[in-house]
Formats: sequence, structure tokens, C-alpha cells
Amino acid sequence: MYAYDELDRTLINERVSEFRDQVKRRLSGELTEDEFKMLRLQNGVYLQLHAYMFRVAIPYGTLSSKQLRALAHVARRYDRGYGHFTTRQNIQFNWIKLAELPDALADLAEVGIHAMQTSGNNMRNVTSDQWAGVAPGEIEDPRIWSEILRQHTTLHPEFSFLPRKFKIAITASDHDRAAIKIHDIGLRLYRNAEGETGFEVLVGGGLGRTPFIAKTIKPFVSRRDILSYVEAILRVYNQYGRRDNIYKARIKILVHELGIEKFAKEVEEEWKHIRDSALTLEDSVIEEIRSRFSYPAYDKLPHMPDELKKAAHDPHFEAWRRNSVFTHNVQGYSIVTLSLKPVGGPPGDATADQMDAVADLADKYSFGEIRVGHEQNLVLPHVAKRDLPALWKALDRIGLATPNINLVSDIIACPGLDYCSLANARSIPIAQELTRRFANHDTANMIGRLHINISGCINACGHHHVGHIGILGVEKNGEEFYQITIGGRADENAQMGTLIGPAVPYVDVADVIEDIVEAYLALRARPDELFVDTVKRLGVEPFRERVYATR
Amino acid sequence: MTSPLEQKKIKIAGPSMVTANRTWDGVVIYRTDQQSWSADLSDAAIVRTSDEARALLTEAVADDVGAIGAYIAPVEVRDSGAIKPGNLRERIRSNGLTIDLLPA
Repeated sequence: MYAYDELDRTLINERVSEFRDQVKRRLSGELTEDEFKMLRLQNGVYLQLHAYMFRVAIPYGTLSSKQLRALAHVARRYDRGYGHFTTRQNIQFNWIKLAELPDALADLAEVGIHAMQTSGNNMRNVTSDQWAGVAPGEIEDPRIWSEILRQHTTLHPEFSFLPRKFKIAITASDHDRAAIKIHDIGLRLYRNAEGETGFEVLVGGGLGRTPFIAKTIKPFVSRRDILSYVEAILRVYNQYGRRDNIYKARIKILVHELGIEKFAKEVEEEWKHIRDSALTLEDSVIEEIRSRFSYPAYDKLPHMPDELKKAAHDPHFEAWRRNSVFTHNVQGYSIVTLSLKPVGGPPGDATADQMDAVADLADKYSFGEIRVGHEQNLVLPHVAKRDLPALWKALDRIGLATPNINLVSDIIACPGLDYCSLANARSIPIAQELTRRFANHDTANMIGRLHINISGCINACGHHHVGHIGILGVEKNGEEFYQITIGGRADENAQMGTLIGPAVPYVDVADVIEDIVEAYLALRARPDELFVDTVKRLGVEPFRERVYATR
Repeated sequence: MTSPLEQKKIKIAGPSMVTANRTWDGVVIYRTDQQSWSADLSDAAIVRTSDEARALLTEAVADDVGAIGAYIAPVEVRDSGAIKPGNLRERIRSNGLTIDLLPA
């Protein structure tokens, strides 16, 4: 956990006061909506279909139990008793009243939570691996770098009015759980052949109307230089990024239009001027940030405690353990993923009661720490193996022990037309129906790892482009239709999915997905050949034939 | 439903109304023919030509304090005179979510 200092606390509190005054002037009419809109967007406040939506920052997806309780309090006191965890490791509340927002922000400020730069044309949450700090084989905790970038880019005068939003993700493991290749800048921390730790820098990734996989702009930047190099990228983007067309304003368009080599040259040119400036990260600065991250005082625990041996006789516990519990870098401990994808439930939502319960469980079993993953589940990162049976029982009681992590019903979905004013079609009822169709855990396990991503519009907040199965809602003559893609991936082998054919109507989507899965089961070379690998081997044609044979 | 945020030209294909969100709490509201707003769709002023729609929208937009995001949306007017939302988007705004939420 990162410990905020006096400066952080002052900044957050002053921001609350500032926003309180802005809201007051908006409600009195002193500020018009046109004047206010940019201000509210800088504080994560959107207008959606039914109400304002309030997006709260969870920096690199790390929360303390105290902070999670504060989010539960906001859900209960100012909203309708629940919140939605997003694909950028943040949380959204859907029913917030503008008049009460300053109070909600003030309550959150007491525990160091804010909503700065969760919207607007600035640097958004610098996301990371939800297993940061505990993943086996990780080079070092990538969140330290997320924090350095967060501090540098918060209220940065030069980067507060970028051509468009800017998103950075950082990973420090071979397996990319942070989806860095679909970000404006992706950073991969690794050790080079000389044993030096540094970053592969990728740029120009993104989804939406014009999806691109990020390209490597520089294969190795040292830790010392990473801040100045990122700044150089931002300065080139700020200079040349389009401001005349919102659909062409992201850095991915600039990189595509210039070409990666020319873009890289521009960045090198800019970097020459700032490389050895105050942006150089001396070891002392890095260590100062690192020192503010606290790590648990782990006990020396056995690899296989008696409690676990005993509980292994319970098939339900075992099903959950095999699915939701992952190897920790400290013996005797585990990383536990809490599924927010119950059968029939809206993906990524948690009630205030569930949030409070998870906070209590974090205190009891995870040194008070919780993580939020971009796939919209929660993680308890420091659970002693001996506590797994007790934890499972507690999670099961509150509906957070569905053993479907990484399986077909672990669906990533945007809020869609039920909430979002940009949407063309609904996404949540599609997800809910799919979880019902694939509710049988034996079937889901037999299918194996399969990521379904659903977006209600081309803005792709559900990351449908990179789903193993991607579902995109569109509108045709006032009716909801859905385009289906297959073969996408969001990890270190990121690629876009391929359209399988014409869009299908709302009522047919679940049937189509079942057909695709059945085709996969018939076509896979071996039971352990993953869906996405079968698609890679065979292409989309066999799936297209199956889906459209009778449609 | 194509977002009305993308409305550029005012062209209506049938009976329509003007809707927005109330500034202080975001609640869905409808422009009445009394130069006011109501949270009840049955109070909405119905327009049937582009000129009428434009005039109603202009009047609605002028109330920047009370309402935000005003736009023109279709309605169905039943034989009984009852006013119903004219597309799925407006049905959702009027009737609420189409999904089951988690139990509180």
C-alpha cells in the first residue's frame, strides 16, 4: 500500500473545496453548463442516461480496507447501494446527485481517495497488474512506477489539456495482466541481457473506432530515464496530436499517420532537450517512492498447511481453490481472486454490503489490502493458505466465490445502454444471459480459459476488440444488433479479433455464442487447446459456417 | 440507439418531445408546454414538425440552470392519448434499468 503524505492529503482536500465551490456556482447559475462541463469532467463526473455518473480513482487498482469501506459508504449514502468496478481499475457510481457530490468527495478525501483525472483530456489512472508485488517471477513491483507517473502527471500544467485522454499501463511480469498493448503508452519492466532493469516502451495502442496494438518505440529505457522519455512522448503528442477531430485525436492516430519510425525520431529529438534535466530519476527519488509502499510482514508458513489438506475433501471448496487461488511469491501464501461475475449478475458490480464484507475479510486475511483488476474482479493479494477454507466460506456467504475466473462466464462488460448515454445497445443483459447459459461449472471448466468481452458501442469500454470472443452492440433501424469477433487477445500476444459475419439480433446473441463454443469443442485438437489457440490454428471460417449455417 | 449527443440537424420523423436531465440531481425530465420541466413523461409537450421541435429545444436549452443535455427524442402517442417513450433508449430513461441488480 502506498502511504500518502501531507502534500497528497492537502492536494485532495483543496481539490474538494475547489469543486464544492464550482458546484455551488453551477447550481446558482453563475457557471453555465458549457463552463462547468470541463471542470466536472476533471473530477470524474459524467452525465449519463438516468443521472450523473461518478468515477472514482483507485490508483493502479490498490485499495486499503478503510478505503473500500469508504466506497461502500458512498454507495450507501449517496447512491443506490452498489458500485461498478471498471476496466481501468476504477469504480463508478451511477446515481449520484451533483448537489451531493462535494460531500461524497469530502468523505472519500478522509481516506485519501479522489476523482481527479478520471475523465477529461489528461492523464488517466496509470494502471498495472492486479498481482503487482506478489506475482511469482515479477521483476519488481510495477506500482512504484505507476505512482511516480501518477504524481508527475497529476495537475501537470502542460498535460492537463491534451488533445484527448491518455492512458498508461505498466507490467513487470512475463504474462501481461495489465493489457499494456492496448494503451496509449505501455511499459514493460524487465531485466536486459546486461542485467539492468528498465522498460520496453510501447506507444499507440488503443481500441474504439480505430483499434491498434501498441508498437515498441524503444526496446530499453533505463529507470533513470523513463520519466523524461515518457514526457518526451507526451510533448510530441501534445504538439502534433489532432484537436480538430475528436475521433482522430488519440496518440494511436498520430503514431499510425506518422509511422512508428518517424514518431520515434520526433520523440528522440524532443528527448534530447529534456533527457538530463530535473526529470532524471535518481535512485534516491525512486527509493523515496518505493519506501512509501508498505509490504506485509509475512509469517514463515508451510507450503501445505493442515487446514488445506482437510478442506480438500470438500469438492465445492476444491473447485473454488483450483479456479480462484493463485500462486504467491511467498511460500504459504496465495493470491485470491474474488469473482464479481455471479450467475445472472451484472459483471463487475458489488453492493455496499459486499464491499464492507470484503474490507473485513481483507483485514482478517489479507493484511488489509484489496486490488481491483481490469477484468472487473477483486483480488485479496496476501492470503495465508491455512486461511483459504475459512475465507472461501465467508466469500460464498456473500456471493463472491463463483469459481469462474478466466472461464466463459467471467465476462468483461461495459455498462452499456442501461446506463451509458454513448451506448447503442445493451451489454449487461447479454452478459447475464451468457452466465446463465454457461452456469454449469463442469462445462465451463471443460471449455477452459475463454474471455468474452462485451461493449455497448464502438468506444469499446468493454474491450471487445481483444476478447477471445468479442461482442459489440450496434443499432440497426432502432433495433439492437451485435457484431461478433473471435480470436482477440489482450495479453503479451495482444491482437484484435476477427469479425465472423453479419451482426445478429439481441435475441440470438446467446445462441450464437453457444454455437461458437460448440464449434470450438468439436474442433479443438486436444482438450487443453485453448479456444483462442483453436481460432489461431483454424481461422474464423469453421466458426462462421457453424453460426451462419441456419441463420 | 444512436446517441442523441450526435444530433446535428433537427429532423423529426414523428411525434417528439424534448428531454434532459435535472441539473442538481440528474433525474430525467421532460419539457412541458408550460415552459417548465416535469419528471413525468405524460406531462411532456409533443411537437410534430421540425420547426416546433427546434423552438421547444431552443426554449429548453435556455434554461441552463434547471436542466442539462436537452435533446429531441421520439415518442409514441397512443390512441388513448397516452404518451410512451419512442425508442429503447427513452424507455430505459423513463422506466429504468432493464436488468436485475444484485440484491442489496
